[in-house]
Amino acid sequence: MSAILPPAERLWYKHPIDRVEGTWIVIALTWCLIMFFMMIGWHVWGSQNLSTETYRITPDKFMAKTQAMVDKYKVREETAEKIPVVAPPPGSDVYLLGRLWSFYPILELEKGKTYRLHLTAMDYNHGFSLQPANINIQMVPGFEHVVTVTPNQSGTYSVVCNEYCGIGHHKMVGRVYIK
Amino acid sequence: MTTTYRTCPRSGLQFEKQAETLMKANAFVAVVWLLIGGLLAIGVALTRWPAFRWLEADTFYMVLTAHGIDMLIFWIIFFEIAILYFASSTLLRCRLATPKIAWLAFALMLIGSVTNNIAVFRGSSSVMMTSYVPMMAEPSFYLGLILFAVGALIACFVFFGTLVVAKKEKTYTGSVPLVTFGAITAAIIAVFTIASGAIILIPTWLMSIGVVKEVDPLVYRTVWWAFGHSSQQINVAAHISVWYLVAAVAFGAKPMSERVSRTAFLLYILFLQLASAHHLLADPGLSTGWKVVNTSYFMYFAVLASMLHGLTIPGAMEVAQRQKGFTKGLFEWLRKAPWGNPTFAGVFISIIGFGFLGGISGVMMGTEQLNMIIHNTIYVPGHFHATVVVGTTLTFMALTYYLIPVLFKRELIAPKMALWQVYLFGFSMYGFCLVMMGAGTLGVSRRHWDMAFNGAALAYEWPGAAYLMMALVGLLGVIAIVGGAIFVLLTVGSLLIGRKLEDGAVSGSFTPLPRTAPSAVAQSYGSMGFAAPGTFTLAMVFLVSFVLYYFINWKYLSTLWGLS
Repeated sequence: MSAILPPAERLWYKHPIDRVEGTWIVIALTWCLIMFFMMIGWHVWGSQNLSTETYRITPDKFMAKTQAMVDKYKVREETAEKIPVVAPPPGSDVYLLGRLWSFYPILELEKGKTYRLHLTAMDYNHGFSLQPANINIQMVPGFEHVVTVTPNQSGTYSVVCNEYCGIGHHKMVGRVYIK
Repeated sequence: MTTTYRTCPRSGLQFEKQAETLMKANAFVAVVWLLIGGLLAIGVALTRWPAFRWLEADTFYMVLTAHGIDMLIFWIIFFEIAILYFASSTLLRCRLATPKIAWLAFALMLIGSVTNNIAVFRGSSSVMMTSYVPMMAEPSFYLGLILFAVGALIACFVFFGTLVVAKKEKTYTGSVPLVTFGAITAAIIAVFTIASGAIILIPTWLMSIGVVKEVDPLVYRTVWWAFGHSSQQINVAAHISVWYLVAAVAFGAKPMSERVSRTAFLLYILFLQLASAHHLLADPGLSTGWKVVNTSYFMYFAVLASMLHGLTIPGAMEVAQRQKGFTKGLFEWLRKAPWGNPTFAGVFISIIGFGFLGGISGVMMGTEQLNMIIHNTIYVPGHFHATVVVGTTLTFMALTYYLIPVLFKRELIAPKMALWQVYLFGFSMYGFCLVMMGAGTLGVSRRHWDMAFNGAALAYEWPGAAYLMMALVGLLGVIAIVGGAIFVLLTVGSLLIGRKLEDGAVSGSFTPLPRTAPSAVAQSYGSMGFAAPGTFTLAMVFLVSFVLYYFINWKYLSTLWGLS
């Protein structure tokens, strides 16, 4: 019963290693290093890496920028709440905000084109969960997160809030159209 | 100080009077929290089962907040304090340092946990366990957690003090036993964890009473996770120590190599905390380098440590079994293992589930880019139910079956049922975790009352498979709750009506702890080699599953929108 008794050898760190353990250490360490370099490698060769471009921002300033985009590129309104649908040109800055309990505005983007998507939360933490693509990004109040996105499929996408934000959380859904 | 030592006739363990009472008190309160958390789990499971959606939204969010805190913090940490006292006082045959202060710790933890729960059940603190600012709970929500944390911190120092007493009074010679070494790892991680919790919860409490104006949301998230995730790392170190303990008591197994096992614990101390960063991989404001280095526990050194424990524990069991003559083929040792003993069966189900389900999924979520397809989906609770419930809770249940005769001096009522309990609970949790991860892979959100989005202007329709899997989450969750209820019944029942067992010889002084005999592997080093081929084969099965699943996820990620 030696795991509950002091070890026999005075210096446990001189205790010999069985070949089963030695072999496994080499294999496991190799696998760990492969996984580590995979993350770094994907930044070089992969095309899904989360941007780290971030600015501190106040809700008012972000709202002003969003509203300017809405006024300029609004194409129509949807739903009973008259949420504006915005179709900014490819390559431009696109703003999407999360607040209690909606996303604003609805975006209409083009497939294969690249946009600078600015995300923030106006009050509490919110979650940007793009479905059915299943891309999930945290929206933290006070921080403007700029993510460069290139949609690769056309269709109707939903943005589900997946950070708990109070009693209306489960009704907080937005939309993105890809043409 | 005068105290007495009792030698248990069933196990040969020596219990010091003060420590024994404290262990009982902490373990008992832990089980009460498990009971409360389990009752709350009924509400969570039946509400997330789309066909039932049992609770109202506000009740659901309140119940979910309480379920998380009561299970992840109160049940587990109370039990861990009992384990710390066991690993110091009992395993080192030493009196507990400052028992009065240990009672103070117990009182603070009890008052803190009750205060917190009262705040939650008053209904205006449904902020989830994470309580991200600027969403605020009642002041007593934070105050309760702070009191609890202070109590737990004091208990950790009682543990450290007991180690000093043992050393000074020479109750043992050489190094501490491996299980105690693992408990020291858990306690060091606990000190880091609790300090982080205090650093962030104290200002948040001050903010809730209006003294501090603002706590930065991103700073909160960063420091809170040094508490929130690290508290789960205490569990890992604690339940792995218990695995070594059970291997020793169920088989008389010796660690294959003290050097490997202890080095693996050292790697935990050095690197395990870094993983808290994986909660922030989808956040703004943190650099890629910071994310990659931290989320990988600095090049996955703590994953390496877990893979080592995962090999050496079954490996030690295999070596012990082979010495008893179970040498046929690769797996006779495993077939002839004591599957009728709930303590062994529970621990083995726990080891396999923790590795295959909890371990592999944890690395997926903690991979910087793969996190984007997992963050805040129900995959996350799928993962941590595999680590915390299959890993920690099931292990603690199995250990409790061992402790009822040994520590509580009662015969277990209905031992057959205890055996069924670990299988029922373990396997229903396996299924529960798998379907949760399945639903999460389809994107279903965690902490969400209504996946149908009734009343939302722009509702999203989840695929049918997601509904099916969420129904299975509900069903398997209910089965697991039944398994948990049987555990509480058996435990409390045994304490109340189980046959009383004899105390064993009581003496006024401790009997010094003997050293172990040199292990067979050590003696045969270089000549026999490859002492545990069956375990090695299992490890290779694990590795192949790990590698395949890892690259399947990368393949999935590569089909997404371009992001940079």
